[in-house]
Amino acid sequence: MMTTRRLDLTLAALLAATLATWGIGEAGAAGVLAMIAMLALTFFKGRLIALEFMGLRPVKLFWRAMLIGWLVLVLGLIALAYWIGLPA
Amino acid sequence: MDATASQLTQTHEHDEQFQTPPGDLAIWFFILAELLAFAVFFSAYAFARANDVALFNEMQQEVDRNLGALNTVFLITASWCVARAVHAVTRLGQNRIASHWLLGGIFCGAGFLVVKMFEYSAKFGAGISLSTNTFWMFYLSLTFFHFMHVILGMVILCVLWVQTRKGGYGPKNANGLESGAAYWHMVDLVWIVLFPLVYVMR
Repeated sequence: MMTTRRLDLTLAALLAATLATWGIGEAGAAGVLAMIAMLALTFFKGRLIALEFMGLRPVKLFWRAMLIGWLVLVLGLIALAYWIGLPA
Repeated sequence: MDATASQLTQTHEHDEQFQTPPGDLAIWFFILAELLAFAVFFSAYAFARANDVALFNEMQQEVDRNLGALNTVFLITASWCVARAVHAVTRLGQNRIASHWLLGGIFCGAGFLVVKMFEYSAKFGAGISLSTNTFWMFYLSLTFFHFMHVILGMVILCVLWVQTRKGGYGPKNANGLESGAAYWHMVDLVWIVLFPLVYVMR
């Protein structure tokens, strides 16, 4: 059920996650661990937008799977490309 | 309403499951098509970077991460405003309140566009163009592709704002509002991936 409290908490979580992502960038963090953290934060944010803001939480699994699946696919491809680009 | 009845209503609302997402089904097919286009673009960027990590890491130093983060805040806040507008109509039946929330969303969206134009003018002023190198080709085309989506999203939000001002929606008649809102959230979702990919990943 969509409540204003739920929407407000979603905003707070998204802002906190954005601050964390920005922090990773500011620290100049590089490497596998930093990227895992960055991609996990991105997944967390994207999932919140799909479920809470787009209102997909109470919707049939198919639609949630399409959006979450898109996130997994894109972040997975980014992770794969990052891994390929790592120095041998 | 006594406690039991209230409990029953709550249980019902928690169990409520919908066959289709909020808004017109057609907008969701459009959103999926848009997401696919962005997926191709993001992958192309990531794999081009894998081919020349040194160049991408060096050029990334030139992008303004603070402005990128500020724009993330603008888009997230705009999405929140739009979600609150949908809530005001579908749960409270309040077009007037929804119009205020939409105006908040429009202001945040405008903030995004102003910041982005500031970024573009700084880059163009420094002599950077699509042909400077692979990084800038991707940076400019990818962010401009998204920029155009924000402009379309702003047009949609303005239409929704006018409609709510006229009292055009209600709890049983919110299809247009929900469809426009879904589009705006898609624009936000895409930026949520674009920001770490282009501004942070190294």
